[in-house]
Amino acid sequence: MIKFLLMVNKQGQTRLSKYYEQVDIEKRPSLETDVVKRCLSRKKEECSFVEYKDFRLVYRQYAALFIVVGISDTENELSIYELVHNFVEVLDKYFSRVVSSIMFNLDKVHIIIDEIIQNGHIVETNKNRILAPLLALDKMAEAH
Amino acid sequence: MSDVVEKTLSALPSLLSLDSQAGAGKLSPSSKLGNLIKGITELTSKHEEEKLIKKELESIKEQVASPNTTMRQMKEIMVRAIYCEMLGYQASFSYIHAIKLAQQGSVLEKRVGYLAVSLFLNETDEFLLLLVNTVLKDLQSTNLIEVCMALTVVSQMFPKDMIPAILPVVEEKLTHPKEIIRRKAVLALYKFYLIAPNQVQHIHSKFRKALCDKDPGVMTASLHIYLQLIKENPESYKDLTGSMVTILRQVVGGKLPLDFNYHSVPAPWLQIQLLRILAYLGKEDQGTSEMMYDVLEESLRRAEMNHNITYAILFECVKTIYTVHPKSQLLEKAAECIGNFVLSPKINLKYLGLKALTYVVQQDANLALPHQMTIIECLDHSDVIIKRETLELLFRITNAQNVTVIVEKMLEFLRLTCDDYSTIDLVGKVAELTMNSVFSLGGDVMQPDIPNNFLRLLAEGVDNVEDRQLRLFAVDSYVSLLQGVTAKLPQRFLQVISWVLGEYSYLREEESDPGSVMRLLARLLDQRHTSTETRSWVLGAMTKLCSSPVSVALARDVCERYLSSLYSGSLNTVLRQKAQELMILSQDTKLRARVLPAEGRLESLEVDSSLSFLDGYVSEALAAGAAPYKSPHQRQEDLVQEKALSLEPYGLSLPVSLSSCSITDRLTDRRSPTLLSMSSGLSGNSTELSHQEGSTTLKLEGVKRVWGKDGYLAQQQSAGETPTPLVELPNPLLSPQSPPSQTQKPSSGLEPDQEKRQLASSLFVGLGSHNSVCLVRLPSTVWLFIKHCQSANQSHVFKALFKRFYINSCQSISCISGSPLKEVKGHSVSVCLHTVVMKRASVQVELAGLLSYQRPLGQPQAAQFSLSLSLKHFLRPLTVSTGDYGKMWLSFSHDLKQNLRLVTTEHQEPLTATLDALKGKLHLHVVDIIGSEGIVACRLLQGPGQGQPCLLHCRVNADSLAVWLRSPVPELPDSLLYHCQKALTET
Repeated sequence: MIKFLLMVNKQGQTRLSKYYEQVDIEKRPSLETDVVKRCLSRKKEECSFVEYKDFRLVYRQYAALFIVVGISDTENELSIYELVHNFVEVLDKYFSRVVSSIMFNLDKVHIIIDEIIQNGHIVETNKNRILAPLLALDKMAEAH
Repeated sequence: MSDVVEKTLSALPSLLSLDSQAGAGKLSPSSKLGNLIKGITELTSKHEEEKLIKKELESIKEQVASPNTTMRQMKEIMVRAIYCEMLGYQASFSYIHAIKLAQQGSVLEKRVGYLAVSLFLNETDEFLLLLVNTVLKDLQSTNLIEVCMALTVVSQMFPKDMIPAILPVVEEKLTHPKEIIRRKAVLALYKFYLIAPNQVQHIHSKFRKALCDKDPGVMTASLHIYLQLIKENPESYKDLTGSMVTILRQVVGGKLPLDFNYHSVPAPWLQIQLLRILAYLGKEDQGTSEMMYDVLEESLRRAEMNHNITYAILFECVKTIYTVHPKSQLLEKAAECIGNFVLSPKINLKYLGLKALTYVVQQDANLALPHQMTIIECLDHSDVIIKRETLELLFRITNAQNVTVIVEKMLEFLRLTCDDYSTIDLVGKVAELTMNSVFSLGGDVMQPDIPNNFLRLLAEGVDNVEDRQLRLFAVDSYVSLLQGVTAKLPQRFLQVISWVLGEYSYLREEESDPGSVMRLLARLLDQRHTSTETRSWVLGAMTKLCSSPVSVALARDVCERYLSSLYSGSLNTVLRQKAQELMILSQDTKLRARVLPAEGRLESLEVDSSLSFLDGYVSEALAAGAAPYKSPHQRQEDLVQEKALSLEPYGLSLPVSLSSCSITDRLTDRRSPTLLSMSSGLSGNSTELSHQEGSTTLKLEGVKRVWGKDGYLAQQQSAGETPTPLVELPNPLLSPQSPPSQTQKPSSGLEPDQEKRQLASSLFVGLGSHNSVCLVRLPSTVWLFIKHCQSANQSHVFKALFKRFYINSCQSISCISGSPLKEVKGHSVSVCLHTVVMKRASVQVELAGLLSYQRPLGQPQAAQFSLSLSLKHFLRPLTVSTGDYGKMWLSFSHDLKQNLRLVTTEHQEPLTATLDALKGKLHLHVVDIIGSEGIVACRLLQGPGQGQPCLLHCRVNADSLAVWLRSPVPELPDSLLYHCQKALTET
């Protein structure tokens, strides 16, 4: 079960956060700071999984961007690690055509995540199907 | 990272530049959000951020309120509001506008409206009710995109009570011609099942239809429901096993459309989901399990590509194989598979391998055996997470034999870690293991340092929330333990419990009545099986707890009974004293307030170890003619001198532990006289003496040791520290497993633990038998026995007294300390203890000395003696980790290479056999054996302390063993090699 997904820059600033378990808005920043600190402090040769409180963190770095996923004990860390990559490939597929960046399209990145993960479960991993609703939306917006 | 992933990464230039500052302005499609994000990125302080966001929120507030704001602008505003909330700033005024946007916006705006709602609100928010109509409208829309987004938001959050309002429409969508609608409808129903299972009970048959949907996406979606259903009630869904197996077979066989592949692996996450379902179905069900063996095997076989995702599948597959009813052939393959993980140089796979092992060893602890070396390596891994995972694994394979080492390792880790959560978790495990080990070992064999370490762990550390939690945890678990049957609890454990309860019961606050702990302790006192030692601990704990009126009353009651006739005959003075103290304490309110201040619990007390407060008393006593205090050492010397006083039992210093030992296993007269004379001298066996004199001397059993060799031993309990270790008396039969810890240790440079290990391996070795003088090698000690006479009829002349004994120092060896002569009565043996070390490494050295003695009626006599000692007498095993070995190897300059003969035996590999032979004969430590190579370490006693190391690297080379020795000592490799050669030739 996925508890949250974070996208963070190297300075530790949150670029996107999505929670699948309720966390009060006021408590999120400190949780994120803590989580990011754990991941950023890890060395390259150390494993990509961190124990944190009663759950685990899976993190993956893409240049200046970190993606951190909080998961429960029973989740398969490596499958989440690859899920992150699948997600990044989807982003690449979508944004390379629109020539834009995720940080200025917070809404669209969220729409993509909504297709992949729901209620903390992986619901779609087929790239075409993940993007289908968003592409249809874009098409209709263009027509307007 | 695999090559495939590496390539993909390099093919992501657009994404990699995403977060760069340069592109920010140019790429921004919406300048206001762009400016906000840019502004945030440039900020340096939290304060600035707060200022900026406040300003932004003001501007948003103004804009949403304005009637002129278009829906298009509103969409952009909502994204900004989302951003502010993401940074932790409430934008609750915009919630209603998000709902409005979802109601009134055109498709993309509507989607953002729904998105904002799903991010802003939580499932119980009443605002959600305002959304129900919009959702219903969109579900019925002819625009598929609107239907889609309505279903998406429903499957994320929906008010539970409103489900009936939309359920029929959602159900209807299950038969929609478009797969995406069917799929999302299934997911919406899954959500309903999660929040209100009763609402969807009637549509279970429709779930089955979804499972059989021709579209793989719809089928996949239905698996979420089934995983949940099967997890909750596997019995009802056994009939689905066939379908699940078929689906998995098709997926694994690549029957899905190609776009379901991820890096050429067919729908990996779907495979994982199916494997989980199969695990639930096949658990403890042989029939069902048999149906899936084939497909599980196929899964294992197919997942051969070297990519992370195939390993993720394999991991799940292994877990399933070890969860369902076992099939040995499959288990073997799965175990092999774990091997690949554990041995992988990729750290992520190693982690997963450890996790898999942790899982499977619960079924069969032997599975860890092939990976012992890797596990040991991982225990010293630089990555804390790997270390932690390894401990988790060890926790699962703990048994009576290894519990000591494992708990030690855990405590070691705890000392290094600063992570509160893992500390608490791990300490819980340590506590559990400690308990378990105590149970399984009956408590008497357990190393005393484990409970001590545990107590220290509890007592140490700053008084923060975590520590308090930890202590409370211990208190609670012990209280519940005492509430049960305590008869089987070992004494040592009861002592631990008493101490913990005494120190930390106050953490339980007033939740329970204050006397409850006191009552439990009192019950312990009443039980017959509680030893006097333990009783004394219990009384100590009660003294600390004696604060509330209830406790005081209880304490008084206990003491009265204790001091009454029932116990008054007890010889145990310590116990009586404690009871007396407690009695006085319970009667005197003022004293209680001073001794047990309510606030003073956490302050550590200064312990005056010099006992200066007794000075007045002492000088008074001296003035009154009392004899001055003499240390046991002095007393003993006196005894040797003043032979007129025949008080032999005191002749040897009493081992510190004598008081706590039980006089059961000891040398008996059954043994042959020669052997007896040997061993009695060998260990300075004072138990024997006390046994002999048992009837006439003071009974020391059960008396708590308060006064030690050097005076009073600070009772650290009151200072919040660990209690004095209870030294265990091992079986004096001196088996290699139970070293005589009561042996006097002239050289204190060795850690006790290491000493034990050395002892175990080196005891009795080199017990040569010169006719009149024999030499026994003990750690850094040479014992010299001089037998006066062998024949029985001359026994009356045995009263010889040795005057002097010394060893000549020479170039190669030196004597670093010696002890006075001791005479062991009745065994015609006198003992003298000298520590001898080898100054310069050489193959063999001569030890020469002079002994002078005097027979009762004769003239002083002198005898010279000399002994030949070989290098191996000065060798000790050197226990190092593989990692440390590697570091040391590189730093040593003197080396030597040589081929040696391989030992061949029937049962062992030649390498193992050869190393075992060397280990046995030369007391080397075999650090590791990997394939055809073995690494071995030893050290040479060269002076006080550890001694100098010598490392051996051995490799099997055809018929011989290529040995490479390295040491910081010039002559050591050469001399050691000589002995290795000799040892192997003799084998």
